[in-house]
Amino acid sequence: MSKLTMAPILFHWSAEDKLAFYHRIADAPVDDVYLGEVVCSKRAPFFEKHYDEVADALTKAGKQVVFSTLAEVMLKRERHMIAGFCALEDFPLEINDSAALWHLNDKSYRVGPLMNVYNEDTMAYLAARGAVHFSLPPELPRDSVAILAAKAKELGATTEVQVFGRLSLALSARCYHARAHGRIKDNCQFVCEQDPDGMPLNTLDNQEFLSVNGIQTLSHSYLNLIGELQDLQDMGVTHFRLSPHTVDMVAVAEIFRAVLDGETNAQDGRAQLDALDIPAPFVNGFWHGQAGHRMVGA
Amino acid sequence: MIRPELVCPAGTPSAMRTAVNAGADAVYCGFQNATNARNFPGLNFTVPELERAVAHAHAGGTKVLLALNTFPPAGKVDLWKEAADTGARLGVDAFIVADIGVADYIAHTHPDIRLHLSVQAAASTPESIRYYCREFNVKRVVLPRILTVPEIKLMADEIPCEIETFIFGNHGLMVEGRCSLTNYITGLSTNMDGVCSPAAQVEYIKDDAGNLSTRLGEYTIDCFSCNESAGYPTICKGRYLTPAHDGPYYAFEEPISLNLSTLLPDLMKAGVTALKIEGRQRSKAYVKSVVSAYRKAVDSIMAGQDPQISDLLALTEGQKETQGAFKSKTWR
Repeated sequence: MSKLTMAPILFHWSAEDKLAFYHRIADAPVDDVYLGEVVCSKRAPFFEKHYDEVADALTKAGKQVVFSTLAEVMLKRERHMIAGFCALEDFPLEINDSAALWHLNDKSYRVGPLMNVYNEDTMAYLAARGAVHFSLPPELPRDSVAILAAKAKELGATTEVQVFGRLSLALSARCYHARAHGRIKDNCQFVCEQDPDGMPLNTLDNQEFLSVNGIQTLSHSYLNLIGELQDLQDMGVTHFRLSPHTVDMVAVAEIFRAVLDGETNAQDGRAQLDALDIPAPFVNGFWHGQAGHRMVGA
Repeated sequence: MIRPELVCPAGTPSAMRTAVNAGADAVYCGFQNATNARNFPGLNFTVPELERAVAHAHAGGTKVLLALNTFPPAGKVDLWKEAADTGARLGVDAFIVADIGVADYIAHTHPDIRLHLSVQAAASTPESIRYYCREFNVKRVVLPRILTVPEIKLMADEIPCEIETFIFGNHGLMVEGRCSLTNYITGLSTNMDGVCSPAAQVEYIKDDAGNLSTRLGEYTIDCFSCNESAGYPTICKGRYLTPAHDGPYYAFEEPISLNLSTLLPDLMKAGVTALKIEGRQRSKAYVKSVVSAYRKAVDSIMAGQDPQISDLLALTEGQKETQGAFKSKTWR
């Protein structure tokens, strides 16, 4: 059966907002929920003390909780964080930086979309050493995803593809959120908190373009593969990833669930997503081997 | 102090000859296809060209490092394997790789040829680097441009391989190997196609007031007035607008070049064994000036003298230079 997943929250939401979000998601039709700070280690302490409570609530609601690790590991503190997560026994782990590979050895783990698994050889290599699940990079075109979904099946692994939310396009060591406010990363005063879906970055002719989230650059547009779900299911992709935003994510999950289950057709699902009034266009260009900002066949 | 290797860009056969003649200890280059991260028209080597170039370089005592540092998308990995096999047949001294599958193939098929871990692999911790060394017998890591010199020294103590750092050229702030910005705009991927800001989709548009806009695909990346020279529109060096900032600003990085000439002695003392000059897309004149200047600098440091650094500012982007992350963390 096709599984719906809730990706880790990429943005710096307050602890209260995150708690409220996860308590709502406990009632949403998603199968797996990823917890953990992926973008900036400085934000992690704000929510760490709530992990147990949230994981417990989600588990009781029948969700599989997965911990997702930092995408860019540099500092000693971050290296310790990764080592700590890799030692976790209670929950599966999704890794996003190769530093984790050193700690995991042959322990079972999931590979996150910010790790570079672009081809069947890399997939087979990691699968032989503990990887059981691959969340594929969003820029991979359909033909490559089809090959990887088949390869994963052969290897006894599962595959995940992001189907909703802003696209992660780049990471840096510099904090662009702090920079916009004339600060540096080490004295950022957590200014990223002001932009719960990212800070808009427009071109000089005011065309909406990108969205900044600390050290991460996202698309302004929202990925929407609701029209491609049937194709994804047919090629054997097992997990469908929703990236959290401030829009009604329970409603988003319900729409995707209904289309995945064949209870709603893709066209109606698309119309329901349109009705959520997301203040950015939907795109699916990467999937079709085109520029990522394009929407093909809507 | 170890005598460091000066690793120089060779975008074309003639640039390679220039670098060899100017005193490069090693040159790095790629084939004319998606297997390397500078897959630009008019750049790189055909098989016969590389064969002749390897002979010329080796005759001059210069090593040839072949960049196979992109990520083959599923279904296309044979192109990377063939490139590795060809490189091995032509006698290159090392492969520069980023993809785990490519590294694994070379480690098994050509175990006698050195593997260098490309900056595209984004390995920024001792754990990550140790993993690649253990799994694929990597002999050298090219460090991302995000560490201070003291941090590089600590790194050198914790990893079992040589360290190569950039000393001149692109500042390079986005984590290499994890940037899909170009693909988002143009449909060509830096990781899979080796393309960043493809020239075929670059436009310069002049308005009635004499302002020059630079565009990539359907997006304006920057705009210059009459007395400014227009830069090449790479997304991470463009100017943008955001409500948090007053007026247009360089949201990611300014067009500025890395120049570590005055940090050379510190880098060498920190245990850096290879110094990399960026710029395979640059001219022969650039290669000649930069390689010659750094050749003299390294030789004088090894002879116990102060380095005589000639003025490289004219060759930097926008005539501005920085020591980036190497000098301090305030850059972050």
